[in-house]
Amino acid sequence: MNESLAVSIENVGFRYPGNTDVSFSNLNLQIAKGERFGLFGPNGAGKTTLMNLMTGVLSVNEGSIKLFEQKVDGQNKAVNKLFGFVPQDLSFYQELSPAENLEFFGAWAGLNKTEIAKQTDELLHILGLEDVRDKAVGKFSGGMKRRVNLAIGVIHNPQLLFLDEPTVGVDVQTRHAIISYLRKLNENGTTLIYTSHQLSEAEDLCEHIALIDEGKIITQGNINAVLKEHSNESLEELFINLTGKAYRN
Amino acid sequence: MFKLWLSIKKDTRILLRDKVGILLMFIMPIILVVVVTSIQNSTFELVNKNKLPILICNKDTGKASVQLIAAINKIGMFKVTQISKEKEKTVADEMHDQDALLGVVIPANFSERVSAKAKNVSGKALTSFGLQADTIKKEAGGIDPLTLYYNPVLQESLRFSVQGAIQSALQLVESRQTLRTLYFSINEKPLPEKLENEMLSSQTTINMFPVSKDGVRTTPNASQHNVPAWTIFAMFFVIMSLGGSVVREKISGSFIRLKTLPTSYLVGLLSKQITYLCVTLLQAIVIFSMGIWLFPYIGLPALNLPSDIFALFIVTLVCGWCAVSYSICVGVFAETQEQANGFGAVSIVILACIGGLMVPSFAMQGLAKTLSNFSPMHWCLQAYYTLFLEGGKLKDVLNNIGSLFIITLIIQFITYLGLKRKNLI
Repeated sequence: MNESLAVSIENVGFRYPGNTDVSFSNLNLQIAKGERFGLFGPNGAGKTTLMNLMTGVLSVNEGSIKLFEQKVDGQNKAVNKLFGFVPQDLSFYQELSPAENLEFFGAWAGLNKTEIAKQTDELLHILGLEDVRDKAVGKFSGGMKRRVNLAIGVIHNPQLLFLDEPTVGVDVQTRHAIISYLRKLNENGTTLIYTSHQLSEAEDLCEHIALIDEGKIITQGNINAVLKEHSNESLEELFINLTGKAYRN
Repeated sequence: MFKLWLSIKKDTRILLRDKVGILLMFIMPIILVVVVTSIQNSTFELVNKNKLPILICNKDTGKASVQLIAAINKIGMFKVTQISKEKEKTVADEMHDQDALLGVVIPANFSERVSAKAKNVSGKALTSFGLQADTIKKEAGGIDPLTLYYNPVLQESLRFSVQGAIQSALQLVESRQTLRTLYFSINEKPLPEKLENEMLSSQTTINMFPVSKDGVRTTPNASQHNVPAWTIFAMFFVIMSLGGSVVREKISGSFIRLKTLPTSYLVGLLSKQITYLCVTLLQAIVIFSMGIWLFPYIGLPALNLPSDIFALFIVTLVCGWCAVSYSICVGVFAETQEQANGFGAVSIVILACIGGLMVPSFAMQGLAKTLSNFSPMHWCLQAYYTLFLEGGKLKDVLNNIGSLFIITLIIQFITYLGLKRKNLI
């Protein structure tokens, strides 16, 4: 029992059904409460798969994953109240307005009518979507859609937030707004687990990182300590040093 | 309940904003019902109220052929036009030119042969009565056949009706001639016309009544046949909106996001089923209402609702549930919206074909008849026909409802397996 941990991954093994290649074998990772944790790696390294395992979208074949000491599996829906998920895809209903999307996803996250109304007003204000709260999201710009995607993930004030490339394809202003908001969430106690290919942005946001490749954790720890250990100036330099320059599929 | 309510609200909003989907679910089936009923009604009127145009080329110069033409006229089924005997070789062209569906050529020796046959038969009759026939009868040769040309658009059943009608006219001419000959041989004077008519005209009329379970003898019309059938088709057409909606949820990642939330996806499935079940009920109400109130204004027979409205509601409900379940199932297995729409539309047409919507299932034989049992539309249609055409009650359609229910449960189970296999629940 370690009450200071937000995520505890122990000896996890996973392979996709029908696929002979092992995605993960004997994987171990611990993330403390309140951390801003970055998960990096080249394309196909297993970042999204690991995030799907942590959120229960996929089920582990071996070992266990616990969030705040509660085991993640398809049956235990109580653990799903503890975290929020902002997927890489724009996973909401384009036909609906931001307010309507938040109303629906808020209810599914377990909020009541009053809580949904309060959270919706607050989030739309913070993320600059008040003026378009009743317009169909399908007509929004990429940046606006990303903000709606983020708002849905945090509607229920989760203790832990998984973010899979939350700023991909957005302009500088939107990226700045999203990162600022994530920092505020973290200051209020939300643990962040974040993946991105924007390494300078990640360097700015994350305190702790793990670099994974081919289903294995190559290095992990405090970002400054890791850079020092590998004698690198930046996260990008570290990334190239440890994963090489060859193309990845 | 709050989650379910908001899920229904979400599904309804998405549905109302899908203009193409609404068009396909409501406008298309309405057009289909009106068009098919109009066509079938006009066919019904063509056969029952209008007369089939027929050309007769009479190469005979005797009285029997004139009597035959008069008899064909008297049947009341044909609009007779005579053409000159020189046009025998060009009857087909004449049929095209004069828009006639049928053509008959009466052979040159028709009257002579009919007369010879009559003498022969009456001679045999007199001999069998023990009377001496006054002429020595040689065995008369058969009458040369009449030639009947028909337009290939005439369906087989109608062709057989035409053949039967002309055959009965021939029978009348031959019988008259035999009767006259026989009478003259015995009495040495012509058969009185009044007696001839009495002897030849049928004394027994045929009254036709539809057999119904409730004893009411209302003749079913084209609307009673078509409106229920195409309402079923319309209900299954929700696949064009619902199947695509399920695929969109999968592709957008909404399914995955919902999986990470502390709510069972069964709430989502239940919401979709309730929302679209309401749509199918609304479709039925709209189409039945049109049949009742709009059809008479556009010259079509009005739809008469069955006496057991509760049974009608239950059948519609189960049929709608089956249609919705099928749509979700297709949506779960389809990888793209194009797949869902394409497969959905084609599969519905196939299910309608084997289900008896396009060809009556009583006319199916062998494999087709066996296959029809696997189409949910077959059971829906049988239940509707029992209610609409036979005046049945709920107890009369329980078997159909039960079969439909079992098919629906199987579809739901397949959907569940699909969701599991694709890691969506």
